[in-house]
Amino acid sequence: MHPAFSVIFFTTASGAGYGLLALLGVLGPAGVIPAERWFGLAALALALGAVSLGLLSSTFHLGHPERAWRALTQWRSSWLSREGVAAIVTYAPAGLFAIGWVFLERNDGLWGFFGVGTAMMSAVTVGCTAMIYRSLKPIHQWHNGFVLPAYLALALVTGALWLNALLHLFGLGHWAVTATALAATAAGWAIKAAYWWFIDTNAAISTPNTATGLRTGRVRLIDAPHTEDNYLLKEMGYRVARKHAAKLRLVAHGTAFALPLVLTAATAALPPVLAAGAALLAAASVSLGVVVERWLFFAEARHAVTLYYGAEAA
Amino acid sequence: MAHGGPAGEEEVIDTSPVVGDEVKYTTCYMCACRCGIKVYLRDGKVRYIQGNREHPVNRGVLCAKGSSGIMQHYSPARLRKPLKRVGERGKGEFVEIEWEEALSLAAEWLGEIRRTDPRRLAFFTGRDQSQSLTGWWATQFGTPNYAAHGGFCSVNMAAGGLYSVGGSFWEFGEPDWKRTKYFMMFGVTEDHDSNPIKIGLGHLKTRGAKFVSVNPVKTGYSAIADEWVGIRPGTDGLFVMALIHELLKAGKVDLDYLVRYTNLPWLVIQAPGTEDDGLFARDEAGNPLCWDGEKQAPVSALLPEVKPALVGDFTLPDGRAATPAFRLMAERYLDPRYAPERVASTTGVPADTIRRIAAELAHVAFEEEIVLNVPWTDWAGRRHSKMIGRPVAMHAMRGISAHSNGFHTCRAIHTLQVLLGSIEVPGGFRYKPPFPKPVPPAQKPAGKVGEVRPDTPLPGPPLGFPMGPEDLLIEADGRARRIDKAYSWEAPLASHGLMHMVITNAWKGDPYRIDTLFLYMANMSWNSSMNTAGVMSMLTDKCPNSGKSKIPHIIYSDAYFSEMVAYADLVLPDTTYLERWDCISLLDRPICHADGPADAIRHPVVAPDRDVRSFQEVLLDLGARLGLPGMVDADGGPKYPGGYPDYLANHERAPGLGPLAGWRGVDGRKHGRGEPNPDQLQRYVEHQSFWHYELPDGQKYYKMANKDYLEYATTMGFIGKPDQIVMHVYSEVLQKFRNAARGHGTIQPPDSERARIEAYFDPLPIWYVPFEEAAVDARSFPLHALTQRPMFMYHSWGSQNAWLRQIMNRNRLYMHRAKAASLGIADGDWVWVTSHHSRVKCQVKLVEGVNVDTVWTWNAIGKRSGAWALDPDAPEAKQGFLLNHVISELLPPREDGFRYSNSDPVTGQAAWFDLKVRVERCADAEFGETAPQFPTLRKPPGLPDTPKVSRFGAEFRKARTAG
Amino acid sequence: MTTLPAATQKKLGLVIDLDICVGCHACVTNCKEWNTGGHMAPLTDLKPYGAGVDGVWFNRVHTFEVSVGDDCRTVHFPKSCLHCETPACVTVCPTGASYKRSEDGIVLVDESKCIGCKLCSWACPYGAREFDTDAGVMKKCTLCIDRIYNENLDEVDRVPACVATCPAGARHFGDLGDPTSPVSRLVQERGGYDLMPEIGYKPTNKYLPPRPRRTRSQQIGAPEVLEPAGNGDRLLQWVDKLLSR
Ligand SMILES: Nc1nc2c(c(=O)[nH]1)N[C@H]1C(S)=C(S)[C@@H](COP(=O)(O)OP(=O)(O)OC[C@H]3O[C@@H](n4cnc5c(=O)[nH]c(N)nc54)[C@H](O)[C@@H]3O)O[C@H]1N2
Ligand SMILES: Nc1nc2c(c(=O)[nH]1)N[C@H]1C(S)=C(S)[C@@H](COP(=O)(O)OP(=O)(O)OC[C@H]3O[C@@H](n4cnc5c(=O)[nH]c(N)nc54)[C@H](O)[C@@H]3O)O[C@H]1N2
Ligand code: SF4
Ligand code: SF4
Ligand code: SF4
Ligand code: SF4
Ligand code: SF4
Ligand SMILES: [Mo]
Repeated sequence: MHPAFSVIFFTTASGAGYGLLALLGVLGPAGVIPAERWFGLAALALALGAVSLGLLSSTFHLGHPERAWRALTQWRSSWLSREGVAAIVTYAPAGLFAIGWVFLERNDGLWGFFGVGTAMMSAVTVGCTAMIYRSLKPIHQWHNGFVLPAYLALALVTGALWLNALLHLFGLGHWAVTATALAATAAGWAIKAAYWWFIDTNAAISTPNTATGLRTGRVRLIDAPHTEDNYLLKEMGYRVARKHAAKLRLVAHGTAFALPLVLTAATAALPPVLAAGAALLAAASVSLGVVVERWLFFAEARHAVTLYYGAEAA
Repeated sequence: MAHGGPAGEEEVIDTSPVVGDEVKYTTCYMCACRCGIKVYLRDGKVRYIQGNREHPVNRGVLCAKGSSGIMQHYSPARLRKPLKRVGERGKGEFVEIEWEEALSLAAEWLGEIRRTDPRRLAFFTGRDQSQSLTGWWATQFGTPNYAAHGGFCSVNMAAGGLYSVGGSFWEFGEPDWKRTKYFMMFGVTEDHDSNPIKIGLGHLKTRGAKFVSVNPVKTGYSAIADEWVGIRPGTDGLFVMALIHELLKAGKVDLDYLVRYTNLPWLVIQAPGTEDDGLFARDEAGNPLCWDGEKQAPVSALLPEVKPALVGDFTLPDGRAATPAFRLMAERYLDPRYAPERVASTTGVPADTIRRIAAELAHVAFEEEIVLNVPWTDWAGRRHSKMIGRPVAMHAMRGISAHSNGFHTCRAIHTLQVLLGSIEVPGGFRYKPPFPKPVPPAQKPAGKVGEVRPDTPLPGPPLGFPMGPEDLLIEADGRARRIDKAYSWEAPLASHGLMHMVITNAWKGDPYRIDTLFLYMANMSWNSSMNTAGVMSMLTDKCPNSGKSKIPHIIYSDAYFSEMVAYADLVLPDTTYLERWDCISLLDRPICHADGPADAIRHPVVAPDRDVRSFQEVLLDLGARLGLPGMVDADGGPKYPGGYPDYLANHERAPGLGPLAGWRGVDGRKHGRGEPNPDQLQRYVEHQSFWHYELPDGQKYYKMANKDYLEYATTMGFIGKPDQIVMHVYSEVLQKFRNAARGHGTIQPPDSERARIEAYFDPLPIWYVPFEEAAVDARSFPLHALTQRPMFMYHSWGSQNAWLRQIMNRNRLYMHRAKAASLGIADGDWVWVTSHHSRVKCQVKLVEGVNVDTVWTWNAIGKRSGAWALDPDAPEAKQGFLLNHVISELLPPREDGFRYSNSDPVTGQAAWFDLKVRVERCADAEFGETAPQFPTLRKPPGLPDTPKVSRFGAEFRKARTAG
Repeated sequence: MTTLPAATQKKLGLVIDLDICVGCHACVTNCKEWNTGGHMAPLTDLKPYGAGVDGVWFNRVHTFEVSVGDDCRTVHFPKSCLHCETPACVTVCPTGASYKRSEDGIVLVDESKCIGCKLCSWACPYGAREFDTDAGVMKKCTLCIDRIYNENLDEVDRVPACVATCPAGARHFGDLGDPTSPVSRLVQERGGYDLMPEIGYKPTNKYLPPRPRRTRSQQIGAPEVLEPAGNGDRLLQWVDKLLSR
């Protein structure tokens, strides 16, 4: 699949934002993070900003952004529609939660309840995003059980690492957050590793034989219907070279997981200023790492339509 | 149920839009197939073109090209105004001029030629569908140097058929699609019968008939064949002779048919060393003789009630020995050298396969005979209660013709058909009227010594069918009289001319210099020439002394900015096929099918939006300016002031015979022969632009010997008299040439040509190694290289079409996977393809479905940069390639250095498919762009900028929603 | 609405005979020609006369080779929207632009609602949807909805453009929901099949497989070889009889 920048930016930014929102919504009421106004302003602004920018950017690749409101209408069947609805719905508890935190410096009680609501809606929204991909049967690399957990986990990883960095910046570092970040990163790494193992070892159910119904032997494309690339090939025919993908996976392993793990672990041992630096670095690293991961998520995905264009496997 | 969004807004679909505000019927010209089309217009714009269901050619269907007519008609490459060259020839520097200036300039050049030596005009027309007009014009002008594209196209098929069975493959005959049970197709990707063949194959396959395709390449039709015979190119003759061998050996031959309809019972004089050797024994009246087995005496072979012997040695009354032609034929092909196992390795067809196909042919022909209870009367007036059919049909085209042994191979296929009794019988191969014609047709080529004179028409048409050396167009010393050397010793039966040699010969001044090359609808500086790069330089070459062009004037009529335009001094922009009157005449290449004659017109369905004129119109105008007889009236004014439509309705070729056969006579009640009808064209327009007559059932088969049909054909002017048309398996015409080569008669070939004439003018079909293959080293050039026509492109003119070029705008060289592996070539690699002449660089595509010793590519996808109003970096120019660059118009030199043209020695047919090459992977650094490349052509003045986005059709939708 | 109708009154679709298709692309360009001025007009072409030309088409023909050596078959393979019974291209659509008609099962895009998110094209394994970059909306085969019911056309012409034009007669149109319809019978007789059944969209269009080749003489009831009618000098003995003209 063609790795469109706007979609990559959207899913990474909104994923991080929702991860952050969710953690704030849970860890605030849980008393791990104090209802400190300036921290709250920064964290919530970052989270909601990332989410909103992401959502905005997702409309850039639309043919008719001015009609984007229509995308909210088909929640009964469409994960994309559900995602949109969920995203908008999330603003309600998140807004109230933010009012409590920033204006009233409260994140407990009723305000905490909004936090938990925000967290739940964030998870739902990220889940919907994941399900957009997870539900697409023609794409083996998406239509599998690892996609939903990976999306959720990666949102959590980025959110946690961003949160950890913010807390350190405000001098509010907390072992529980560090632990959460470490645990999320480890889990995310495991899920993503499992995902890669899965797509490397499992073939798509569709083959050139099933695509054409010609089953007497190997099916090879002799002439495509057009000698130049068309929409289908530009959108769905994208192929990343194996070697290139392997390199990028290494980068993703390193920047999204390994480095953040080390840096985050280090924050526990380092003096505050250095710890803040390490936490910031971890957050930056994971942000880059997830962009790379997301790029690969598209680039490594092969659409069944390519079977009609000479792909031996999808 | 409501569809749509929350507000329940459901989409309102107009399921009954009005397609057009006007509907007009005319004839397609995206190719030469001449299908009927129904054109929907909306606000004067072409909205949709669909096949005409009533039309005898396409019966409602339309091919990929025809369906893209809109983009052809609105092509940005359309020429807009007459152009006069101002810069160097070939540089594409033109100014726009008015028609008056263009026509008077042309008339000035041509007038001077006609007043001095009309031969200095070479008038050659390519994809011409108005040859009855262009040929007549040349005749009236007085130049013999006229031909259309047939010589480089498929004259081997035309001549092979017309000198054998009085009809031919090409589009002049067709399989009995409805009834055949076994269909063999040789070397066809498309043919001129583009849609009829597809319709036919669909029916035939649905009925469960067996379809065998003999073709080195398995694409298109071959892909759906029940059996694909991946023969080695140029060896079909041998394959067919092996089939004949098997049939003869088994006695599976329709003797009754041979005796009734062919010249195989005729007695051939056996008198070696004499001038009559090999000719037919004749009585005083000139009738051929056969040996009556009952009377035990020679009798006229044309009498109905004879019992001719097919074998035996007989003595003629004058004491000479004679034997039936059948016997000579049978002995030849029974020779063990035609045994399947002997031809297997040369043809690449396993012996078992050959034996089996022979057995299948015999089985279907003789065991699955079909009988129609349709009474008919034979030529001798005998009634027959039924029609017996041998349901084996064959069709062949350029895979046979485009080889230097194609004439004989074509004759071999006809021989096989005849032996099976399957020509013009139910289930067999059928003639389309106006065929069959006498073998060969009676018309002889004009242009002999004394027949070409200043200011004088030729005494007859420039093209025809020689019956012997006396009909050649040669000087007393044997040199050619035509610029293309047609009807010379180099190509004696060149009944369509040799268009592929015109430029080379004119440049050389061999046999003489010409003044003006007048071309119409032929892309001679590109895909219709061999040695394309050489041709381009010949067109621009100048005499070192005078500084004048070797070919002083070039006038060209094209409708589009083709590669050829840049080489013209004067460009006459034509209309598109939707803008003009045209006539698809019975005098020419009509739309008949086997059930009856038909002809058609085109009429303007949209008015030109440019300053263009139809070429026919221009030709008549020039004719009038030149004062050509038949084109001016008594006062010297134009005979057809109404232009081409005036000519179509009022011109008479012979009394009562005109370009169009329908609605003749003052009241329009006659067809075929009748006085001109002033309303004739109106009748055509009312009748969907075609006329069709269905023969009564009793005339639909055995046309060569069917009394009622022959009489009808005579009244229609198809044939001179209603005599039986006897098929000539044994060709006396060829033997006459051979005897001349052996030193008999007054007209003999020069010594240098004797051996060649003797060898290739065998009265029975022969097979020989194609010339290029024989001349080049097999190790240096081990592979055959072919082209095929893509079904969705017409030669060069499809690529300007915004839709068609999206299907293919670059071509690859297809190669067998195993062969590529042995050469270290991988799929997608770039390679050099080298012939004895030149080399091209291109990209390969590996496949299974091709003869291992063969590579091939699609024809004419490669374009010159800038041509056809395409962007200079269009893939057609940068990744597409033209195989023509490596095909030479000349064979490697003979011992004395003389180079024959790369043609069939009998007909002069261009031997495109004799090409032998080697293929080598090129260096990685050379990947990416094809070679050779030529300087980008400059767009002529007046052509519009091409759009970056085409939203064709949006306006129709707007119009719909608005109204 | 992007929820699928529970059932459709008809299942209109195409049946494509791979045994007869010669790969001529007539259905491809006739479809383009009809539809570029039709219901979804225009079928925009980008850079129509340049490098990288790219346009919207509803029907495309691929050419495949199956197997190797003597068994190898070349198969021309036309492909357009299969008007699936349970296609996710409809259900994924967030706007309601994609829908399946309950009366005849035709899958359509309502351009006025489409936001051009392209998701439906991702959901289609068959590559039947093509995005019109210029118009910013998704386009696809309409099964010629503006022909098949068109009262301004002659009755015989009320079939999809691709069907009407196919020179080889390899395309058939009809109601595949009616087991007695000619198309359903054809599918029955010839073993018509679904593309990518494993995806579970239940395509309405069916493909008729290429028939097995017939390269053995018994298949047409003929002998394997012909028996010689004589031998040596007597090879032509069978000719020596009295024939009349
Ligand atoms: N390698 C290779 N070369 C071949 C062949 C092959 O098989 N292989 N085939 C050969 C054969 S059989 C043939 S017939 C030739 C064909 O070759 P050409 O006769 O050159 O055919 P085209 O390229 O179709 O078109 C000729 C010209 O007609 C112009 N034209 C189109 N429509 C009109 C019109 O309405 N009016 C006028 N005035 N001009 C128009 C086009 O713009 C084009 O320039 O190619 C030959 N060349
Ligand atoms: N779509 C389309 N239709 C056209 C044309 C076009 O350009 N496009 N051009 C028109 C013209 S001008 C013509 S002349 C006709 C020609 O119509 P075809 O005769 O169909 O023309 P080609 O494409 O040259 O096909 C020649 C075939 O012969 C095969 N072949 C080559 N050598 C041999 C051989 O030695 N033996 C056998 N058995 N086969 C061999 C090739 O593989 C190829 O399949 O088509 C006409 N129709
Ligand atoms: S075969 Fe196609 S291009 Fe040729 S005349 Fe017929 S419809 Fe037109
Ligand atoms: S028009 Fe018919 S034969 Fe031609 S490609 Fe389409 S389905 Fe095949
Ligand atoms: S073929 Fe594709 S676009 Fe058509 S209905 Fe099926 S899934 Fe949807
Ligand atoms: S591109 Fe249009 S039709 Fe397709 S899913 Fe998006 S909104 Fe629906
Ligand atoms: S049914 Fe109509 S829209 Fe669909 S492929 Fe055929 S011609 Fe095109
Ligand atoms: Mo031709």
